[in-house]
Amino acid sequence: MAFIVRTLWIIPALPALAAGISATLRQRQRLLSAGLAIGSMGISLALALCAFAQSLVDPNRQVVNFRWMQFGSDWISLGWALDPLTALMLVMIAFVGLLIFIYSTGYMAHDANFTRFFCFLSLFAAAMFGVVIANSLLLLFMCWELVGLTSYLLIGFWYHRPAAAAAAKKAFITTRIGDLGLLLGMVWLYSQTGTLLFYDHGAGCLEHGALTSLLGAASVAGIPIFTAIALLIFCGAVGKSGQLPLHVWLPDAMEGPTPVSALIHAATMVAAGVYLVARVYPLMGLSHDGIATALKVVAWTGAITAVFAACIAVAQNDIKRILAYSTISQLGYMMLGLGVGGVSVGIFHLITHAFFKALLFLGAGSVIHGCTEEQDIRYLGGLRRFMPVTFATYTIGTLALCGFPLLSGFWSKDAILHAAHNWSVSQAPFYLGAIGALLTAFYMTRQVCYVFFGERREPQTAESPRAPEEFCFVPDPHESPARMTTPLAILAILAVVLGFIDTPAWPWFTSFLERPEPALATASPVAASLNPALDFGRFAEAGLLPLMLMSSLIVLAGIGLGWWLYGRKPTTRATDPDPLERVAPPIFHALQKRLYVDELYESTIIRAAHWAAHVSAWLDRWVWNGAVSTVRLLVTGLGRIDASIDTHAVNGGFDEACHEVSQGGRLLSRFQNGKVQNYLRVIAAALVALAALLLWRSAA
Amino acid sequence: MTPLIAYLLVSALLFSIGLAGALTRRSAILVLAGVELMLNAANLNFLAFWRYDPHPEELTGFLFVIFSIAVAAAEAAVGLALILAIYRHAGTSDVSEITEMKG
Amino acid sequence: MTVLITILAAVTLSGAVAAMTLRNLVHCALALTIAFAGLATLYLSLDAQFAGLAQLLVYVGAIAILIVFAILLTPGAPESDREPRPHISSSELIGCVLALGVFAILAWSVAHSAAARSAVATTAPAGNMQQIGETLMQRYILPLEIIGLMLTAALIGAVIVAMKESQAPR
Repeated sequence: MAFIVRTLWIIPALPALAAGISATLRQRQRLLSAGLAIGSMGISLALALCAFAQSLVDPNRQVVNFRWMQFGSDWISLGWALDPLTALMLVMIAFVGLLIFIYSTGYMAHDANFTRFFCFLSLFAAAMFGVVIANSLLLLFMCWELVGLTSYLLIGFWYHRPAAAAAAKKAFITTRIGDLGLLLGMVWLYSQTGTLLFYDHGAGCLEHGALTSLLGAASVAGIPIFTAIALLIFCGAVGKSGQLPLHVWLPDAMEGPTPVSALIHAATMVAAGVYLVARVYPLMGLSHDGIATALKVVAWTGAITAVFAACIAVAQNDIKRILAYSTISQLGYMMLGLGVGGVSVGIFHLITHAFFKALLFLGAGSVIHGCTEEQDIRYLGGLRRFMPVTFATYTIGTLALCGFPLLSGFWSKDAILHAAHNWSVSQAPFYLGAIGALLTAFYMTRQVCYVFFGERREPQTAESPRAPEEFCFVPDPHESPARMTTPLAILAILAVVLGFIDTPAWPWFTSFLERPEPALATASPVAASLNPALDFGRFAEAGLLPLMLMSSLIVLAGIGLGWWLYGRKPTTRATDPDPLERVAPPIFHALQKRLYVDELYESTIIRAAHWAAHVSAWLDRWVWNGAVSTVRLLVTGLGRIDASIDTHAVNGGFDEACHEVSQGGRLLSRFQNGKVQNYLRVIAAALVALAALLLWRSAA
Repeated sequence: MTPLIAYLLVSALLFSIGLAGALTRRSAILVLAGVELMLNAANLNFLAFWRYDPHPEELTGFLFVIFSIAVAAAEAAVGLALILAIYRHAGTSDVSEITEMKG
Repeated sequence: MTVLITILAAVTLSGAVAAMTLRNLVHCALALTIAFAGLATLYLSLDAQFAGLAQLLVYVGAIAILIVFAILLTPGAPESDREPRPHISSSELIGCVLALGVFAILAWSVAHSAAARSAVATTAPAGNMQQIGETLMQRYILPLEIIGLMLTAALIGAVIVAMKESQAPR
C-alpha cells in the first residue's frame, strides 16, 4: 500500500489541529491564526496532490479500514479510501479552500473576530476532507454533521445580527431534516447488509455481494428495499445540496461573510450532497429492469430544481442571493447529470462549478468590500471603471457559468444536456435543462449589467435595509487589495481552461473517474470508450455537434436578451422599477418573493412545530412534572410520616420507657435511705418470711 | 416441757428481745447492745444443746461458746470504737440521722 | 432447783427487756449488765462452769464497761432528755412485730422438733479444765490461733479507729 494512502488521514487531521489551536488563541493573535489555517491547508493541498498523483499512477481503489467500536460480538469499522473520485475532490477542496483562505485574510481584515473565523474555517476544511475520504457511511455521516455544524457557526458568524442568527438556525434545521433521511437510510442499509464500509475487499456494502443481496431482498409497501434505502440517502443530499423542498436555507445563508458563501455554499459543502450520490452510485443504480428508480427521482429532482431556482434568480436584487439561487440551480444540474449520465457527468460539472462559482462569489465579495458593504444591486452600478480586475474576472466567471462556448461551464453543461437528451425515460428533463440554461444566461447578464455597467447610482442611505452601523459613506468605490484580486485571477484562468480536461475530443476526466468501475458509466457522451487519446473525430458522433450548436445558441440568446433589457439603457436611479417588472408585474413580484415557498413552510410546518412544542411544553409541565411532583410529594410525605413516627413513637416511646426505668430506679433507691436500722428490719423480715416458708414446706 | 425446751424457749425469747431492741432503738450503742443480746442468746442455745447432747464429752458446743464469747468481745470493742468515730464525725450517734450512704 | 432456774431466767429476761426499753442509756447499760450476769448463772446451771465464768469475766467485766464508756463518751443521745412519748411510732411497731414473728417461728420449731422432745438429761460431764485445755490445743488449735490473731487485729483496729487525730487536718 502506498505511503500516501496510509497517511491519507493527515489531510483532515492537520486543519483539525489548526482549528484546535486557533480555538485557544486570543483575538489579537490574528497572524498566528491565519498562518495556522493557511499553513495546514497548504500542506493538505500538497498531500492531496500526492494522492492525486498516486491515483493517476494506480487508479485502483485502495482502502484502509480499522475497527472502531464493539457491539457485543460485532465490530463497527471505519476507514478511508483513495480512488480517483476522492483524489479529485481532495484537490478541488484543498485548492479552492486555500485560495479562499488567502482571500479571507483581506476580506476579514477589519473584523474583530478574525481568529474565530479562521478557527471555524479550518474546522470546516477538516470536516469536508473527512467526508470525501471516508470509506464508511458512518464516518461520512459524522463528518457530514460536522460540516453542517461549521456551516451553522459560519453563517451565524455575526451572531449579534438577528437575521444572521435566524439564518444559521434555518440552515441547520433544514439540513437536519435531510440528515434524518440519511440516518434512516444508513441504519436500514446496515441492517440489510451488516456493514457500513463502502469497500472492504468484497464485504463492503457497495460491493457485489451486498448489492446482490439487496437486489434479492423483499419489497416493502411496493417499493424495493434498495430503492427505499437509496431514496433515504438521497434525502440527505437534498438537504445539504439545496434541492427543491429543502432549498430554503441556502439564500438565507448569504447572511454569512462572503468567503463563507464562496467556500461553503458554492464550492464545497453544497457539493457534498452531489458527492454523496456519486459515492453510493452503485446502490443508486440498482434496478430490476435496467433503469433505477432512485436515479429517476434524482434526475427529476435536479431538473425541476434547476428551473425553479433559475426563475427565482431572475427577480432578486441582492448580489449574493442571485448567486445563491444560481448555485441551487447548478446543483440541480449536477443532480440531473448524475441521474441521467452517471458519476463522471455530474462530478465534472461539480468541479467546474466549484471554480467559477467560487470566482463569482469572491468577485461579489470584492464588490461588497469595495463599495462599503453595499449588497443591493440597485444601489450599485458603473463599477467597471472603478474595479477593473474585479470586473474582468467576474465577467469571465459569468460567461463560464452561462456556458459560453469553449469555457469550462460549456463543456460540463453540454455533457449533462447530451446525457439528458439520450435518456431513455423522458425528454422533459432535457427541455427543462435547456430552459434553465436560457434563464441562467439571462439573469447573470442582468446582474452584470446592473452592477458593472451604467452609471453609479446613489449609495446607500440610512433608509436602506442594511444595518445603520455599517453605513460608511465613501465617495468612490475602490479596487480590492492584491490579496483579494490574486485569487480572483487564478480562479478566472482555471474557469477558462479547466473545461478542456473532459471535452469529447479528449475525455480524460471521464476515463479517469471510471477506470475502477467501468460499469458506473451509463450514458456518458463517449460511452464505453476508455481510451483517452485526442480524437477530434468524436465530435461527429450521434447528435453531439447539433447539441453543442443549440446550447451555444441558447446561451447567446439569453445573454442577448439580458443585454437588450438591461444593458442598452442601464437603470439610472435605484428606485426605478426593473424593466422586467414593467413588462409583467405579477410574475415579477411572485418571483421576487421567491415563489412564496418560505411563506408556505412558515404557515404549515413551522406552525405545526410550534403547536407540537406547545403540546410538549404542556405535557412536560403538567403530566411529567405532575408525575414527578406526585412522587416527590409521596416520598416527602412518607418521609415526614417516618420522621414523626421516629420522633413521637420511637423516640417518645423510648423516652417514656427510659423515664419509667429511671422512675423505677428512683423509687427503688428510696429503699436505700442510708438508715442502718431499716436494712436490719428488711433483713429480719426476709428471715421471717424465709423461715416460715421453709417450715411450712417441711411440715406439709 | 423438757428442760431442753425450756432453755430453748428462753434463748428464743432472749433473741427476740435483742432483735426488737436492735430494730427499734435509735441509739447506735443500744443497737450494739441488742446484737450482744442476740449473741448471748445463741450461746445459751449452744450450751443447752451441748448439755442435752448424747455425747457431751466431745465439748464441741462448749468450745464453740468459748470462741463466740471471744469474738463477741472483739466485735464489741471494734464496734464501739466505730461508734465513737462516727460520733466524732457526725456529731450524733443516732442511727436514723446518719444517712450519708443514702442512694 | 427448777424454781431457781426459772427465777434466774426471769431475772435475765427482765434485765434484757429493761435494757431494750429504758430511756436513759446508762440505765440500759446497767440493765444489760444484770442480763449478762443472769446469763452467766444460767450457764452455770447447765454445768458449763468455764463458760459461765468466762461470760462474767468478758461480758460483765469488759463489754458492759465498754458500753458504759461509750455511752459516756458520746453524749447527746436523742432519747436521754426527751419527754416520754405516749404512743409507739411505726418503726417501733414494725420492729416489735418482726421480733414477735421471729419468736413465733423459733418457738414453733422448738415445740415441734422431735429431738428437743426426746432429749433426756445425761450425766453431767466432768468438765475439768485439763480436758478443755487438751481439746483446745489438739483439736481446735487452728481456731485458737486465729482467735488470737483476730483479737490482736481487733485491738489495734479499735485503737486506730477511736484514736483522736493528733495533727490538725491539712
